[in-house]
Amino acid sequence: MGPLKWALLGVLLSASLFAIDSVELRRNQPTERISGSAGDVLEDDPVGRLKVFVYELPSKYNKKILQKDPRCLNHMFAAEIFMHRFLLSSPVRTLNPEEADWFYTPVYTTCDLTPNGLPLPFKSPRMMRSAIQLISANWPYWNRTEGADHFFVVPHDFGACFHYQEEKAIERGILPLLQRATLVQTFGQRNHVCLKEGSITIPPYAPPQKMHTHLIPDKTPRSIFVYFRGLFYDVGNDPEGGYYARGARAAVWENFKDNPLFDISTEHPTTYYEDMQRAVFCLCPLGWAPWSPRLVEAVIFGCIPVIIADDIVLPFADAIPWEEIGVFVDEEDVPKLDTILTSIPPEVILRKQRLLANPSMKQAMLFPQPAQPGDAFHQVLNGLARKLPHDKNAFLKPGEKVLNWTAGPVGDLKPW
Amino acid sequence: MKLSALQQSYLNRRSNSFRGSAQLDSAADGSVKSPAAVFWLVLHGVCCLISLVLGFRFSRLVFFFIFSTSATNLYTAPFRGAAEIASHLDVRSTPVTGAADSVPGNMTAVVASSTSRVVVGRHGIRIRPWPHPDPVEVMKAHQILERVQREQRALFGVKNPRTVIAVTPTYARTFQKLHLTGVMHSLMLVPYDLVWIVVEAGGVTNETASIIAKSGLRTIHVGFRQTMPNSWEGRHKLESRMRLHALGIVREQKLDGVVMFADDSNMHSMELFDEIQNVKWIGAVSVGILLHSTDSSATIQREGEEESTPMPVQGPACNATNKLVGWHTFNSLQYVGRSAVYIDDRAPVLPRKLEWSGFVLNSRLVWKDVDDKPEWVKDLDELDGAGEEVESPLSLLKTTSVVEPLGNCGRQVLLWWLRVEARSDSKFPAQWIIDPPLDITVPSKRTPWPDAPPELPSNEKMSVGAQTQDQQINKHSTKTKTPRTRRSRTKRRHDTKVIGVQASTLSVSEQQN
Repeated sequence: MGPLKWALLGVLLSASLFAIDSVELRRNQPTERISGSAGDVLEDDPVGRLKVFVYELPSKYNKKILQKDPRCLNHMFAAEIFMHRFLLSSPVRTLNPEEADWFYTPVYTTCDLTPNGLPLPFKSPRMMRSAIQLISANWPYWNRTEGADHFFVVPHDFGACFHYQEEKAIERGILPLLQRATLVQTFGQRNHVCLKEGSITIPPYAPPQKMHTHLIPDKTPRSIFVYFRGLFYDVGNDPEGGYYARGARAAVWENFKDNPLFDISTEHPTTYYEDMQRAVFCLCPLGWAPWSPRLVEAVIFGCIPVIIADDIVLPFADAIPWEEIGVFVDEEDVPKLDTILTSIPPEVILRKQRLLANPSMKQAMLFPQPAQPGDAFHQVLNGLARKLPHDKNAFLKPGEKVLNWTAGPVGDLKPW
Repeated sequence: MKLSALQQSYLNRRSNSFRGSAQLDSAADGSVKSPAAVFWLVLHGVCCLISLVLGFRFSRLVFFFIFSTSATNLYTAPFRGAAEIASHLDVRSTPVTGAADSVPGNMTAVVASSTSRVVVGRHGIRIRPWPHPDPVEVMKAHQILERVQREQRALFGVKNPRTVIAVTPTYARTFQKLHLTGVMHSLMLVPYDLVWIVVEAGGVTNETASIIAKSGLRTIHVGFRQTMPNSWEGRHKLESRMRLHALGIVREQKLDGVVMFADDSNMHSMELFDEIQNVKWIGAVSVGILLHSTDSSATIQREGEEESTPMPVQGPACNATNKLVGWHTFNSLQYVGRSAVYIDDRAPVLPRKLEWSGFVLNSRLVWKDVDDKPEWVKDLDELDGAGEEVESPLSLLKTTSVVEPLGNCGRQVLLWWLRVEARSDSKFPAQWIIDPPLDITVPSKRTPWPDAPPELPSNEKMSVGAQTQDQQINKHSTKTKTPRTRRSRTKRRHDTKVIGVQASTLSVSEQQN
């Protein structure tokens, strides 16, 4: 009996080391902890692992802009504002710049809104440049590293390329002054000019309170197979189709508009959040940019995201195993979407739902006020902490200059 | 701040919520009239004219045919779209500006992002040859949905569901089939184990047995020696006794589960069965009272009243902390003197103060010799001898404060009480089988079919005979037109005024309902 007992113990021990546990939580849904090298990272606590110094910029870079247009607090680019507020009162903040590992510049570049609420990026390069000139003139820390230990939040469509149109953004490229800095942005696409090596991808801002007031009871059966609400053709800007979403959304419509399994339309229902909680799959196709708040909504509401965006880099990709949670469909496979989705084995679907039910997953996608442990703010800090210590060529020898301060389009050089 | 021309044009187009298109921007870029710009403009105009004539954009096809022979990787990527368009015959036939402009845009984009497989620019819209649902896949999807919902029920639904014991007192009458079919269908949908105890007044009949046999449920069909009296008063009394008899069966057979009273003319929601699983010993739910009132005077009286009429709901009443403090009963004062006395009266039928159907019991309450029975429950045998009518299961209790209010403390109405019986002068077919077949007595004088006999000789008191038609399937075939000379039972003076009524005929070999 002895050796058998030890063998059993050994088996159990190894099983617990390698397997993914299922944990009973207070809501009584067994979830799965995303264990292994990727998932545990979600629960890391960044406090004590890094120190951030927040530059005091004149209020024309942040507060005054917000005062002029308070709508910036509610749109999907609000992460830059909330990041600033979080850092001001966070325990990682240090008032002594000498001991800081990272430096944060609070400049709200995505707050110049049209009457419709969309941000215009035309002044953003100048604003950013002006801010950098200010910090390099008033503090020595920029020149010390030419920005290698500074990070900036640039949540606009194509990040620091500062344009909403992809072709223009590619032409412009990332702002030359930000070449050495770490960018925290929502845009992520592999092999793309606007995604720098070492950037941290964050989810777009989605209002947490609003989503939590629309929760429905867990036992409501999920009876919608595939759910999507949004545009398929952007008639105002691309009436023919083919540019918008690289034709993928239009392909979804044309192939599946009469399919009873696909609840897709352009309507804007008041029960949008409730409907997502009644669906098994939620489509998250690209739009003009590959990222969208639908991913955040799908994760919060437990609907498996179907990501149709070639080469996309999803938020916190080094911490969240998106391959295990969502379904990735190539844009060229869109006509076969129904075949792909119905051929997923039910066990795999149930496992994805269990992973989605994990509260640390949902928490990592949100920007709650006040900040809570494990939320997106902390994941950003975790990402920054993982990049420490800075390597040797971050710190420049005195007098060495790497950045070209006059590079870029002529219009960018005008003072702001 | 001065806006450049570019921004101006962009702003004009950003009246929609989304991005501007590349084509017009690139057109606006060339503010300097260089020879190249002029050349492109002219070429653009020529291409536009040609597309107008042809009816579709041909630029892609041109480049496809010119460059496909060289077959370099750089060019195949953006023209993947063109190939798709050509092969799927999905040609977007709008005459579009910038047919030539987009081409240089594509080429530069390709050169810029040559390492990425994702290309900026216009792509084709891929549509498969048969863009309609495949039934096999739809079935697979439904199986997936079923599996997901089963998992949800297992996680969030009722754990350890108990057997539902449904008690139904019934007796053979005209509307029995209709009521019993409704209850039967509700019980067949219950996702838990079910035992259906049907107690029939006047003894077991084949009629009832044949109805409940179709359910596929586990049924216990017993007879009760007394026949159902003709008055509502008497009926309610007898039903109570029949229910007690059923409880005796539960005790005898030691059936374990939740006892609910499914009267045969009530309507039950599925949530009721989920909710009653939560009962510990005895629970009460809210019952909506539907008064079948054909009296118009009832509504007049209602308008004359000053205070609002109370809700016709019976059930537990709770205070703010969700504790049971009393009962909502039905206010029958306004119906005094006008309620039905006999079963086939035309007046509204009133419920008792608290109907049996609003209560659910743990079956162990009626078991004999069970140790963990709570002390506030009386033994079932004590009630048997009682000369008084047992109005509700509350008589089983020594104190009513132990009743658990279910359905969000009575706020959800989970079932509806209704009593409807056939009128005494009704002439519904016995056992709902029409035998002999119906007479057709409606003369259709305005039929368009040429073969219709215009008039047929009448027989005795009967009206002109028939235009017989088959039931809607063979509407246009002109089939049997034999006049029927049998008597019609319905009021014929109304029928002759109705023209064009499609009277259906049943063939001799008719099906059973």
